[in-house]
Amino acid sequence: MTGLFVLFIYVGIFVGAYLIVTRVIHPAAAKDYTSLKTVTFGDESAVRPNRWAGVISILTIFLIWGMFTGSTLLPKFLHAPAPFEGTLEFTYTAEAAGARDDATVTVIVHPREIDTDAPEVDPGDGFAKNDSATIAQWRTGLVRVDSNDEITKSDGAQVVAINGTPIAPGETVAIDNGTVTLSDKGTPNVAPSRGWQMEPLYLPPPEDVWTRTFTVINEGFRSFTLWEHLGYSLFRVVAGFLLGALVGIPLGYAMGLSNWFRGWFDPIVEFMRPVPPLALIPLVIIWFGIGETGKIILLFLAALWIMAIAARSGVSGVNISKVHAAYSLGASKWQIMRHVIMPNSLPEIFTGARVAMGVCWGTVVAAELVAAEQGAGMMIMVASRFQNTDIVILGIILIGVIGFGIDMLMRYAERLLVPWKGKA
Amino acid sequence: MSGLALQDISMRFDLPNGSSVQALENVSLDLKPGELMSVLGPSGCGKTTLLNIVAGFLAQTSGKLVLNGHEITGPDAERGMVFQKGALFEWMSVRENVGFGPSMKGMPRAEKAGIVDHLLDVVGLQDFKEKAVYELSGGMQQRVALARCLANDPDVILMDEPLGALDALTREKMQSLVLKLWKETGKTIILITHSVEEALLLGERLIVMAPRPGRIHKEYRLPFAEMGVGADLREVKKHPEFGSRRDEILGMIWDMEEEIMGRTEVAS
Ligand SMILES: Nc1ncnc2c1ncn2[C@@H]1O[C@H](COP(=O)(O)OP(=O)(O)O)[C@@H](O)[C@H]1O
Ligand SMILES: [Mg+2]
Repeated sequence: MTGLFVLFIYVGIFVGAYLIVTRVIHPAAAKDYTSLKTVTFGDESAVRPNRWAGVISILTIFLIWGMFTGSTLLPKFLHAPAPFEGTLEFTYTAEAAGARDDATVTVIVHPREIDTDAPEVDPGDGFAKNDSATIAQWRTGLVRVDSNDEITKSDGAQVVAINGTPIAPGETVAIDNGTVTLSDKGTPNVAPSRGWQMEPLYLPPPEDVWTRTFTVINEGFRSFTLWEHLGYSLFRVVAGFLLGALVGIPLGYAMGLSNWFRGWFDPIVEFMRPVPPLALIPLVIIWFGIGETGKIILLFLAALWIMAIAARSGVSGVNISKVHAAYSLGASKWQIMRHVIMPNSLPEIFTGARVAMGVCWGTVVAAELVAAEQGAGMMIMVASRFQNTDIVILGIILIGVIGFGIDMLMRYAERLLVPWKGKA
Repeated sequence: MSGLALQDISMRFDLPNGSSVQALENVSLDLKPGELMSVLGPSGCGKTTLLNIVAGFLAQTSGKLVLNGHEITGPDAERGMVFQKGALFEWMSVRENVGFGPSMKGMPRAEKAGIVDHLLDVVGLQDFKEKAVYELSGGMQQRVALARCLANDPDVILMDEPLGALDALTREKMQSLVLKLWKETGKTIILITHSVEEALLLGERLIVMAPRPGRIHKEYRLPFAEMGVGADLREVKKHPEFGSRRDEILGMIWDMEEEIMGRTEVAS
């Protein structure tokens, strides 16, 4: 239900921002070549990301996140209805041996992290006595209204009405700021209204994640600093990837240059390629335990096949004219390898390296989720076990940022080292 | 014994499905040092195959190739090759591309730089020395390819449709350049082309090949290459013999193409 509401808001902002930006702001945008094109639909080159859309898109995510978590970063009027906090009151009517009596129940609904005692209430008159209880926000509570009554449930007393509305077991009556449901055994179950916001346990507000970031930076998490967690993950990726490249590239070259190597390793590579590295985790743990060796071997295997295939296709992708030209210019086999085949395969190898780094990063996080003493994946796994959702979200954001950073770095290196890529 | 001799060269490709293609049958030729020969023929008549055999990239199924008294068995720096396109090394600058041959031989830097500089002057690319080859136009790239081939000082230069990918104007300029280089360097050149005019202009000798099996159909000795050196090629084309030769050869190739078409129509 809330989900549908979020979707409506999201679509509303999407459409609203589109109308505002295109109608009001964009007509004033700079005139360039593309703006003079009359045919843009179907012309992919004329489709460029709208900067406004990008910025608004990110802001919208934070806006909705803040709205539905009651973030203090947002003015109150933007908040989705908050869960009820304060004092609830309702009366129940007990019936015993043909007699009826009303009593009042006072329930204090308090934030989860603040322990609160039930208030003292005047028992009142009649056989049903007034009760009090406490319930944390977002929770429900059974209130054993009969326990202090003169005639209890075991003596035959029954709750027959809430706030004067008749009720039977299994039925629900709405009260101010909540509902009361009579359980099958006849005990009122009080559910203070939850509002529309997410419970911090499931989704903490952005500022909580932000402050938690600094706590984790300053105090670390599980006896390692945040940098150590991330550093370990990165180290594993880099070590595994480098080993994989170190073995995979020569292997790919050999497969691209020799019938025997191609015949020997083709079945192995073709078989291992579709095996997701994640599927190897259990076996690697059985063989090498959960230490560094196992993880690096796992990442080595993840990178190996990708790099071997990239190097192989880099070799087979060489335009035969280039090789012929080099032979006619007097180059020896080794010189052709060094000056033609290797540089010619670099673009493919870089593409492979980018894929391999991405796969390795995903694999290391997954491997750490399964078993590790430190690392980004271990951090979010342990945090989730202790319901530290803010750390889980922080971890996911950091993993995303690092993965993105790795890819940007690889692209940068690619532009720097193989500027001729795609220019042949 | 100097010069290039092709003695009864035959080439048969055995196809995986058991059939075979006779790409060349008993092709014999004698080229004297410094001769410029152009090769014409309909698609699939074995021109590229012939050139690849001379270059040493393919081994003929029978026959013998002799260059300056020794038999040709594989690629060698004595036989340079210029391809239609895609044979330059994108990871090298213009200078490095041209200096590739000398580098492979381990020529001293200074000597190599001298050769490269000279050739870049000859082909008019001195200003583009440090540019990446993929930044150059198609015509400039072919100049680089020519210079790269010449830097190695080969005895024979083989060109497989070297100007085929260029626009008409660039092509005309490049034809003049090829004539100029031929005259200045005195190399033996075999040039494959699809254009009858180009074959007439760039061939002291011209052979027309016929397909299935690939063979030499007719051979000409022509004066136009000699006339064209340093002259306006458009003037050469106005020569009365040029026109008649062109029409004659065009008709010949036209008939061959017709025949191929007819055969495929019957076959299907
Ligand atoms: N590697 C090969 N395998 C099989 N057939 C080939 C091969 N190379 C060329 N051929 C065949 O040999 C004939 C001559 O080809 P080619 O020399 O490329 O002709 P051209 O260059 O005159 O167009 C064609 O029929 C072609 O199909
Ligand atoms: Mg050809």
